[in-house]
Amino acid sequence: MTRPPRRRATRTLAAAALTLLMLLPLVPLAIQAFARGWRFPDLLPRDATLAGWQAALAPRSGLAEALFTTLTVALAVTALAILIGTPAGRALGMHRFRGRAAVYLLILAPLMVPGIAVALGLHDILIRAGLTNTLTGVVLAHLVPAVPYMVLVMAATFARLDPDLEDQARSLGATRWQTLRHVTLPAIRPGLIAGALFVFLVSWGQYLLTLLIGGGRVITLPLLLNAFAGSGRNDIAGAIAIVTILPGLLIVIFTARAVTGAHAAIAGGR
Amino acid sequence: MPRLHPALLLAPALLVTSGLFLGALAVVVLRSLDTPEPLGAYHRILTEPAFLRSLGLTLWIATASTLIATLIALPAALLLRRRFPGRGAVGFLFQLNLTIPHVVGALGILWLLGQSGLIARLSFHAGLIARPADFPALVQDPFALGVILHYVWKEVPFIGLILLSQFQTLGTDLSDAARTLGATRWQAFRHVTLPLILPGLMSAGILVFAFTFGTFEVPLLLGASHPQTLPVIAWAAWTDTDLAARPRAMAMAVVMAAITAALTLALLRLSRK
Repeated sequence: MTRPPRRRATRTLAAAALTLLMLLPLVPLAIQAFARGWRFPDLLPRDATLAGWQAALAPRSGLAEALFTTLTVALAVTALAILIGTPAGRALGMHRFRGRAAVYLLILAPLMVPGIAVALGLHDILIRAGLTNTLTGVVLAHLVPAVPYMVLVMAATFARLDPDLEDQARSLGATRWQTLRHVTLPAIRPGLIAGALFVFLVSWGQYLLTLLIGGGRVITLPLLLNAFAGSGRNDIAGAIAIVTILPGLLIVIFTARAVTGAHAAIAGGR
Repeated sequence: MPRLHPALLLAPALLVTSGLFLGALAVVVLRSLDTPEPLGAYHRILTEPAFLRSLGLTLWIATASTLIATLIALPAALLLRRRFPGRGAVGFLFQLNLTIPHVVGALGILWLLGQSGLIARLSFHAGLIARPADFPALVQDPFALGVILHYVWKEVPFIGLILLSQFQTLGTDLSDAARTLGATRWQAFRHVTLPLILPGLMSAGILVFAFTFGTFEVPLLLGASHPQTLPVIAWAAWTDTDLAARPRAMAMAVVMAAITAALTLALLRLSRK
């Protein structure tokens, strides 16, 4: 059965439209990063310059510290989310127990409540613990949206795991540790990677929680970018925007399937 | 293998949920009641026309963004499960877009749709406008079009990838069977595929609605100075030098949480029927 050519043309056209929609907002960012003074109505700046990059990479822009801070926070959040989310994912994915649906809903609830509602209360709690304006406080705050995503991905991963596999390894004489190391971990590895990358990106892009809990002392890339967006130096903002996109770009280039896998888990979550 | 009790496995996650999330919500509720008269903060905000306008605007943004993004994402996911030239590129851009922080995207939209943005420049060269002021206000406009367009750009891939993974799990066997039995393409979609993906569509919709309802940085960059969205006015009340304004910020947060919670429960009940 050959497809009607008209349907093929429609598909190509729809794909072109989607490509354009996805790319359009990125175009001015890319141009702006290499333009000092890009006047209306010029489609391209009169001359390309690296002035924005030089200013962004100079020590006083704060880009290096912000990059380091963002990376530190995101890595800490990822590590903690793995440790907290994996056992919970196992319980929800492999065990049947009373109240399972309610626990599921409770763990996912932070994703269904507007961020600012949580952030204002969290500030009160963390100020009492002396953790506002600190990296630790920001990491704890990021766990609120990060843990639910990690649990979702791991629950879906464990639901696909054959429970007999571990029993067989044990009956063949493997210790608990050996079973975990050689049977369970390899089986859940794809889910673990997908969840970790997803959670890393959730932390990387956080704005409000960092602003509120960091209190202007913990400056991550999204905060720095917003500061430069209103500074009149669009070229510096453009350069910082590109630096902010880079890790996501690298992750997608090297592990595109992992990001999609995390989505499969989110969809299968309920 | 002696298995660990589920409660033990769940304990760390539940500690985060109850200690940080539920604790935060409890604090917000308590603080919102911390006024001289009982429910003073609620009375004050609910009788304030400015608050009600903000509430309307925020509901409009979240509803429009969720509906438009879903209506584009559904055909996009149906398209992406077929093979066609350019499929790889669209898939790559969908995943890339997902990783881009909202602040970055909002800045891109500002420079794309602003009155001296890229589209305005193209309109000038096409002879459609003579000066920036002739270009329609698409960002920082009273209808929050820029904010909505940003969310559509950002959430189409989010919903699209969730749906795509559902399609991949389902396969095309059932809808193919329906076609073989004489169903039209539309009937096969309407009566076979759609009911199967509805739960995933609902989850995605709830997540997108709650997110677009509560995000701060996007309306901050792309929203008009009047009226402002709820997160922006709640932030303003919270940072007000007059500490008496804080209970009002908390009351606004409670109202926002209550709205999304009610919506989630309603949709969950609907999808169980």
